[in-house]
Amino acid sequence: MSEFFTKNMARNIYFGGSVFFILLFLGLTFDTIRELPKRDHRENITEQVAHGKLIWEENNCIGCHSLLGEGAYFAPELGNVYKRYGNSKEAIIGFIKSRPVDGIEGRRSMPQFNLTEEELDAIAEFLKWTSEVNTENWPPNIQG
Amino acid sequence: MQYQSQAVAKPYFIAALSLFVVQIIFGLIMGMQYVMGDFLFPEIPFNVARMVHTNTLIIWILFGFMGASYFLVPEEAERELESPRLAIITFWVFLAAAGLTVIGYLSVPYSTLAKVTGNHLLPTMGREFLEQPTITKIGIVLVALSFLYNIGMTVLKGRKTVVSVVLVTGLVGLAVFFLFSFYNPENLILDKYFWWWVVHLWVEGVWELILGSILAFVLIKTTGVDREIIDKWLYVIIAMALITGIIGTGHHYFWIGTPGYWQWLGSVFGALEPIPFFLMTIFAFTMINKRRRNHPNKAVTLWAMGTAVLSFIGAGVWGFLHTLAPVNYYTHGTQITAAHGHMAFFGAYAMIVLTIISYAMPILRGRGPANSHSAQVVEMWSFWFMSVAMVFITLFLTGAGILQIWLQRFEDALPFMVVQDKISIFYWMREGAGLIFMIGLILYIISFFVKGKDAPEVVEV
Ligand code: HEC
Ligand code: HEM
Ligand code: HEM
Ligand SMILES: [Fe+2]
Repeated sequence: MSEFFTKNMARNIYFGGSVFFILLFLGLTFDTIRELPKRDHRENITEQVAHGKLIWEENNCIGCHSLLGEGAYFAPELGNVYKRYGNSKEAIIGFIKSRPVDGIEGRRSMPQFNLTEEELDAIAEFLKWTSEVNTENWPPNIQG
Repeated sequence: MQYQSQAVAKPYFIAALSLFVVQIIFGLIMGMQYVMGDFLFPEIPFNVARMVHTNTLIIWILFGFMGASYFLVPEEAERELESPRLAIITFWVFLAAAGLTVIGYLSVPYSTLAKVTGNHLLPTMGREFLEQPTITKIGIVLVALSFLYNIGMTVLKGRKTVVSVVLVTGLVGLAVFFLFSFYNPENLILDKYFWWWVVHLWVEGVWELILGSILAFVLIKTTGVDREIIDKWLYVIIAMALITGIIGTGHHYFWIGTPGYWQWLGSVFGALEPIPFFLMTIFAFTMINKRRRNHPNKAVTLWAMGTAVLSFIGAGVWGFLHTLAPVNYYTHGTQITAAHGHMAFFGAYAMIVLTIISYAMPILRGRGPANSHSAQVVEMWSFWFMSVAMVFITLFLTGAGILQIWLQRFEDALPFMVVQDKISIFYWMREGAGLIFMIGLILYIISFFVKGKDAPEVVEV
């Protein structure tokens, strides 16, 4: 780099640039948080939905699945599974309940989690709520 | 070794490499499960292997960053480390926390681990990369505090160089952003929004400061180029990293319930994010061309050039590939993401740790500035095996990703599992490339045990 561009100038760009963009990012975060209630319909986060999220986390579903496109890529996207299963909580519950303990020969397998009826209901409610978030029309089609 | 206390870096590097081996073993297990779904099921379900793979990755990189700091900060500050004893205690605490956590993942179902560690008291588990039990997370914070105190005091009481100040800034940032892993609201969208403050603001923010400063240190030592020039480059690189990378977080806010304006912000700033990586490539090659000394450790120069090139390809090129919102609409959460994640993590952060280990280990082991010629030859072979294998892993995953998008999201809208079956040939090839990677890693470990005549001394030219 040439002589007239000094180390001090470089340092000032670093300091000035960082401070400016940190502040801008905080501003945008503030605005996003204000806008979110219109998009995540949080009024529907019942105790059951919140419990479903905890069950989701405590069984590490994200370790095989993606949710709204984030997570693992080993098993189907679940952000829209409620819609893929014809808006049916029962179908989701039925699927999770019926996983064989020893897996399915030669096929990628999902564990049998032995969840209670109440836990199954909560996780299905959580997946239903997730499928209703405004995601700007993602995923491109029902297959996720 | 110029300062006795630099010796504490050695166990950190050894632990890093051991965990690297564990990481790759579990990567290969997952690679098998991708093509033979019932492999090791139900003993090691895929999600468990994945946690071990990604968490050991992060922990070994952190061990590497810490070892690098303990090695280079005394030399930069021109004084002994504040407390070598504390550094050793911290080492054992960190290793025990990491070891117990991995044993926990492998020995009991995850939900049991969540129960016995009291996850319901402060739920933080079960999110990608942040799967560790809450007590492990608290342990990591304590380790970070003790580490930052040790390094911080050494810098404050000694000579302050641009390299050490930038390094410490990056390390403080790393610790601060990790605190967001404790924020896990009931609202999934808010949870996701701030989850990226750990993940993205690490790898495309503060970690770039750490990467840049370690690279600068190694280049100063091996090329003998004037510090003034190197410092200026370092400032420009990290300036561009933060100017593009902070708002660049928006490339993760396209489809997770966040407002639509992020599609513009994330696309524009994401598209600029390759700049700091590109500058790093130019930086490394310019300094090496301008070198004023011939360092006998040829391997470290190779690693430094490898970092500069592969980080640009993995983060810069493969990042750019899917950072524009209209493209990301189709690639989001596919094998394209996995391809990019592998090349970027390996090219930038795995390789910078291997670079500093290559530079520091001969010195720490009292072998002078470099290993014997024969040891270096083995090390350089391992470089080529691992790098080329990683290029192929990336290409095969990219091929899988393109087909996956075509079949599942474009034309036929086939179900996920059907598509996975159709593209399994790419996963077989990925596993093959993974085995080559493993051979490279074994060669690398072997290179530490190769003896032979001492290499020549540093020659100023
Ligand atoms: C070890 C990996 C793994 C884990 C962990 C896992 N799953 Fe699955 N899951 C799968 C696989 C593989 C499939 C596809 C199975 C098939 O089609 O035969 C699947 C399918 C599903 C489906 C049906 C999706 C569809 O489109 O057909 C639902 C719903 C589901 N899982 C829910 C869950 C929930 C809830 C959890 C956490 C409690 C979970 N899964 C944890 C591997 C996993
Ligand atoms: C050598 C053989 C390797 C194999 C076979 C392998 C395999 C895998 C697999 C199957 C996954 C899970 C993908 C999914 O969620 O479906 C994964 C994730 C990951 N691996 Fe590897 N891996 C290997 C080496 C590495 C190396 C060397 C690195 C980096 C240094 C790495 C970094 C990662 C990262 C960052 C993820 C998470 C990716 C994401 O979330 O997008 N892996 N790996
Ligand atoms: C060394 C630096 C980088 C590393 C280690 C890295 C690593 C990763 C990883 C592991 C993921 C997957 C996260 C997940 O599991 O959900 C990811 C996603 C992503 N990265 Fe990077 N990255 C780096 C730099 C970049 C750069 C410079 C760009 C842009 C030019 C970029 C663009 C993206 C995008 C757009 C995604 C989202 C993919 C999706 O929608 O599924 N990355 N990165
Ligand atoms: Fe990112």
